[in-house]
Amino acid sequence: MQPSVESTQAIAESDAIAVERTLAGDRDAYRVLVERHSHNIFRLAYRMTGNRHDAEEVVQEAFLRGYQKLGQFASRANFGTWVYRIAANYAIDRMRQRQREEARQEMPKTEERDGMESDPLTRVKDEAPTPERLAQSVELRKQMEQALAALTESERTAFVMRHWEGCGIEEIAVVLKSSSNATKNTVFRAVHKLRHALQPLVETRAQARAMGTES
Amino acid sequence: MKHMTEEELIAYREGVAEQRAVISEHLAACEECRGEFERIEAVLAALDTLPVPDLGADYGRRVWQQIAPRLAEKPGRWWQVWFEPRRLAAAGAVVALIVAAFIAGRFTKRLNPPDNIANKEQVRERILVVAVGEHLGHSERMLVELSNAAPNGPAQKEVNISAEQRRAEDLLQENRLYRQTALQEGDAGLASVLDELERVLLDVAHSPDEVTPAQLEAIQKKIEQRGILFKVRVVNKELQQRQDTREAAPAQNESTKRERNKV
Repeated sequence: MQPSVESTQAIAESDAIAVERTLAGDRDAYRVLVERHSHNIFRLAYRMTGNRHDAEEVVQEAFLRGYQKLGQFASRANFGTWVYRIAANYAIDRMRQRQREEARQEMPKTEERDGMESDPLTRVKDEAPTPERLAQSVELRKQMEQALAALTESERTAFVMRHWEGCGIEEIAVVLKSSSNATKNTVFRAVHKLRHALQPLVETRAQARAMGTES
Repeated sequence: MKHMTEEELIAYREGVAEQRAVISEHLAACEECRGEFERIEAVLAALDTLPVPDLGADYGRRVWQQIAPRLAEKPGRWWQVWFEPRRLAAAGAVVALIVAAFIAGRFTKRLNPPDNIANKEQVRERILVVAVGEHLGHSERMLVELSNAAPNGPAQKEVNISAEQRRAEDLLQENRLYRQTALQEGDAGLASVLDELERVLLDVAHSPDEVTPAQLEAIQKKIEQRGILFKVRVVNKELQQRQDTREAAPAQNESTKRERNKV
């Protein structure tokens, strides 16, 4: 999953050239950066926000903000990491905004909250028959989405960035504007909550599978 | 046998445990903890099966098509930061200094009419000297406060440095502007000190709002090791002297620059 050191370095160097050209007025050079990093940013945003619509908005906003702030981007840094951080911060804002909207409308948590569930086109695409998804019970998936949605923004961010994205604690701490120790605690709290919400279901499924009562 | 806590096992699983070898050895020897660890693993493995939609290979191209019409002709330059509301106060101060320096320049010109170009350069340099002097003074005060920050007692686990962090962020923007100006003016010595200051400001600006006493000590040690406070004081004092002596003897300009380059 993680790219090699050489390829990361090559991408960073190529990014640095694209940044220079963009700053010199070549707007199309920014296109290279957008096309290169969109997938990574979307993956992060989707895991953080839990729905496709918000995730796509985060991706666009991250690149728009990145373009506006490109002059402040220190060339010492890596563009990918920089724009990733902008996206994580915007995703946190989006999650907070979404929670406020939900609190006002008193909507049920998962179905309406999740764009994937309400968008038939997305649902068809999402439920394409990969081996993992076939093995996944609908109930467990729903429970997992609910358990993730029940985390605070900080907990979800810390969990997504650490567990799925493999980010360093220091990097997550910068996004959360927190200390390393506090960030480690946030990761712990997230896993602890997820565990206690999902363990009974996971164990029941494992038992059912062992007894051959589930495909 | 003392068992591992859930926190230790989760930290181990997520690769953030401090004593990895100890936990690893314990897991190899203790069946109970191994069972607990496997239960955590099972939940995380289930979560790993949650899919992320596949948006297709042309997703990046579609993002570009969506954002391209909303992009300005040119990306934001470093100076646009001055137009953000929170920077306007600082920008106002700089404008006031420019006006003051301009008036001072006009006055000086009347007293010494022969060399028009030299006068213009003097005015420009005076602006830089006054503005940078103020900037260095602000930076020095922030660094002194940070160097003197300490926990209230042994029980305090975290020290809040958010005020210093925000000031460092503001100073960082100014610092970039002055460093670039100093480089354009050919003042390599001043640019070099500003570059060093920028690194320290960057460290502080990127620190968390709350740091542990150990982290605070590390920041303070970094400031001390780089000798940045000393350098800032020396350059600031020299800028003041330069401003005073220029009134009397403008020709000493180059020799002063050479002296500072040594610092």
